[in-house]
Amino acid sequence: MKPDSYISHLELGEKDETFLDSNELIINMGPQHPATHGVLRVILKLDGEKVLGTECVIGYLHRGVEKIAENRTYTMFNPYVDRMDYVAAVSNGLGYCEAVEKLLNVEAPPRAKYIRVILTELNRITSHQLWLGTHALDIGAITPLFYTFRDREEILKIFEKYCGARLTTHAFRIGGCQYETYEGFEQDVKKFLDFFKPKIDEYEELLTTNRIWVERTKGVGLISGKECIALGVTGPVLRASGVRWDIRKAQPYAAYSDFQFEIPIGQNGDTYDRYLVRMAEMRQSVRIIEQAVGGIPEGPIMAKVPKVLKPPVGEIYHSIEAPKGELGYFIVSDGSTQPYRLRVRPPSFVNLQALDMMVRGQLVADVIAVIGTLDIVLGEVDR
Amino acid sequence: MLSITTFVIVSIIKSVIAILLLLTAVAYTVWLERKVVGHIQNRWGPTRVGPFGLLQPLADGLKFILKEDLTPPHVYKPLYIAAPMIAVIFAITSISLIPIGNWVSIAGIHTPLEITDVNIGLLIILGITSMGVYGVALAGWSSNSKYSLLGGLRASAQMVSYEISLGLSLVGVLIMAGSFSLRTIVDAQGGTFWGFIPRWNVFHGQEVAFFVYLMSAFAETNRVPFDLPEAETELVAGYHTEYSAMKFAMFFMAEYANMITVACLATLLFLGGWHGPLFGPPLLQGILPVFWFVLKVFCFLFLYIWVRGTLPRFRYDQLMAFAWKFLFPLAVANLAITGLIVALRS
Amino acid sequence: MLHLALFTIFGAVAVAGAVNLLVQRHPINSALSLIAVMASLSVEYLLLGAEFVAAVQVIVYAGAIMVLFVFVIMLLNAGEEELTRGSRVAILVGIPGVLIGAVLIAWTLVQHSGTGEVAIGALPGRPETIGWLLFHDFLLPFEVTSILVLIAIMGAVVLAGRPVPTSQQPRKEA
Repeated sequence: MKPDSYISHLELGEKDETFLDSNELIINMGPQHPATHGVLRVILKLDGEKVLGTECVIGYLHRGVEKIAENRTYTMFNPYVDRMDYVAAVSNGLGYCEAVEKLLNVEAPPRAKYIRVILTELNRITSHQLWLGTHALDIGAITPLFYTFRDREEILKIFEKYCGARLTTHAFRIGGCQYETYEGFEQDVKKFLDFFKPKIDEYEELLTTNRIWVERTKGVGLISGKECIALGVTGPVLRASGVRWDIRKAQPYAAYSDFQFEIPIGQNGDTYDRYLVRMAEMRQSVRIIEQAVGGIPEGPIMAKVPKVLKPPVGEIYHSIEAPKGELGYFIVSDGSTQPYRLRVRPPSFVNLQALDMMVRGQLVADVIAVIGTLDIVLGEVDR
Repeated sequence: MLSITTFVIVSIIKSVIAILLLLTAVAYTVWLERKVVGHIQNRWGPTRVGPFGLLQPLADGLKFILKEDLTPPHVYKPLYIAAPMIAVIFAITSISLIPIGNWVSIAGIHTPLEITDVNIGLLIILGITSMGVYGVALAGWSSNSKYSLLGGLRASAQMVSYEISLGLSLVGVLIMAGSFSLRTIVDAQGGTFWGFIPRWNVFHGQEVAFFVYLMSAFAETNRVPFDLPEAETELVAGYHTEYSAMKFAMFFMAEYANMITVACLATLLFLGGWHGPLFGPPLLQGILPVFWFVLKVFCFLFLYIWVRGTLPRFRYDQLMAFAWKFLFPLAVANLAITGLIVALRS
Repeated sequence: MLHLALFTIFGAVAVAGAVNLLVQRHPINSALSLIAVMASLSVEYLLLGAEFVAAVQVIVYAGAIMVLFVFVIMLLNAGEEELTRGSRVAILVGIPGVLIGAVLIAWTLVQHSGTGEVAIGALPGRPETIGWLLFHDFLLPFEVTSILVLIAIMGAVVLAGRPVPTSQQPRKEA
């Protein structure tokens, strides 16, 4: 079916056959719209500016990642996962590598685990920075975008020095890390942390107490913890609704059990709380990196894995706390070098389900705010 | 008294100068905005075209002229073409009544530094700016696109609402000066209190009015945080979504010309116009008032740009609530108190 | 001389606008014609020396009230009107009616043309005079009018604030 021929399921109200047209308005937001974060298409049913219903049309960025996996060996598929949530490529890689490691029944050495934690948390910061910049831009504040991109650059430089890539890093290998840390890695990270800590305050100064920002975000896009759980919504959105659920704590993976950190939660489940939760998460990430970078253990960076990976017959589900929520990999192995079936549980896709519930009865401008606050990446939604 | 011929010639010369000045000012306000917002955001702004990017406006203008002028097939053509013209005509006309300095004598001709001095100057400016809404509203409607329509609707509702508080905020000043003539209003603001505080209206009991004016002026010119008619993240580009090339540039020019007009009005009504310390030789004394005027307008424009770099955007309902539930009562209260005080004094 | 020329030009524009208002099929064109009528009327006021009234005419009628007209037309997305039976009857009855009215007015004016001419500026047009008239001589009618307007506003609020029937309310699913 061509995207253009798509017919919405939203029903218009009774058509008013009089001379004056007071019917509801159907408006297409996207796929080419400055605030739908890529190619999301939202069909809105409006009464004036009030939203009566929404429908998301996705798939404009579908590349069939899960199907591709069935035709690639486990090692060959690794770079593909970077291209799902391209702003949090490191997390994607970590989830995949750990899932396959679980299937193979190997464990990455402690040094690799620490490097993984540092890079993943740095990546969480970049993801949240990008979210903050674009979210603020959607609400009309143009300046935070440039601040966050300036600071994000520093992290990307560290990535580049470590593995040669900035965005789609392909930083980890199944069984550990391919690269040893470069000389001065720890100093670079520490330098970044010192540089970054006051920057969070700078972001907050621009927005947290800004009257217009508060008015635009407080009480907008409400969702309760119960509703979140019913819809499978995870990540900061779930935590802002008051549910203390973070896979790093609940089912610790990598080396997270070694570190002290808190799970910031909100109370109201509105856009403002989600903003606060993500800001607090950046601070917690800084805290985790600080602990990790001081105590990277010595040792090998790769576990003993065969050249050709042939996991035993079986299936595995492994999930991690990606910046956007629970990122899970379900892999079925038939004992060959390629997965029999690979399914990704992408946080963006699941969180996007909540959009309709969060914007009904609110205004067009709130749709923008809610799309921003859900922090979706279309590469991951469509895969 | 001048003869009719001299009067006409002088008027034509002044009109040409005023339009040239205004268009240059518009171009360089755009440059200033890009530069200042750039620096606020850790960028340089334009740097490539000329020193400090000073020739950027020229390059922009050339680009607008050379771009393909697309007319979408589904528009209502007569109004689609007329709308940008309406916007820009009213925006430029309003500058004709703004005095930028005192009377001057050049070659024996004694003339005010404005195109013409009218005794209801302020009212005419208000009338002309209020007509500017049509450019925006008709653009939104004639584009026959849903986003444009929403932008046009927002614009007309917003501008009509804020016009009321804008008008009311000026009445206090009018009561104090007892005239609609901008020249008389400025003259009433000469001198100082206790030798150092200038007798500008903003220091003379009209602080609240100035605040209301400031907010309404931001809204009237569709600037952040009230830029809802063209909110690019919500309505793509609002009322000018379907416009390109020179037609788009006309809206752009109209917006900046309006900004300059409200800045000039603020200067004249609240900031003492061209009053400022005078010193030096007679020639300098002649130029200084114009300099003070331009400086004050510049400060006001800078404030505009600063706010744009700082604040997010209101939501539509909040915008309306702000106009009707906050600014309007405030303006009325200010008017009542000013009237009472003036009545008691006389 | 100049005054007469301006008077004639803008009078003609006003009449042409008024006729166009009736002839046009599209509501937005009619509304724009009405704006032209208002604007030329304000010029006529200006020629009579009533600058304040002229400016208020533009600000209030052309700048605010007509914007709301246009707003409503835009909001309701009103299309071109079609000739209906009713409008045909209106044309049949209306045109002769208007003609008769015009003849009557002209005849009355001709009959009473001996009332003398009014000099420019002789009519109360300055803001001070208008203020005096409104708040002194005609205070009671003025206040009564304002109460009338207030009642109209309250009526509009009550009508607009009526709750929407439940079937049209947005669904709120938990």
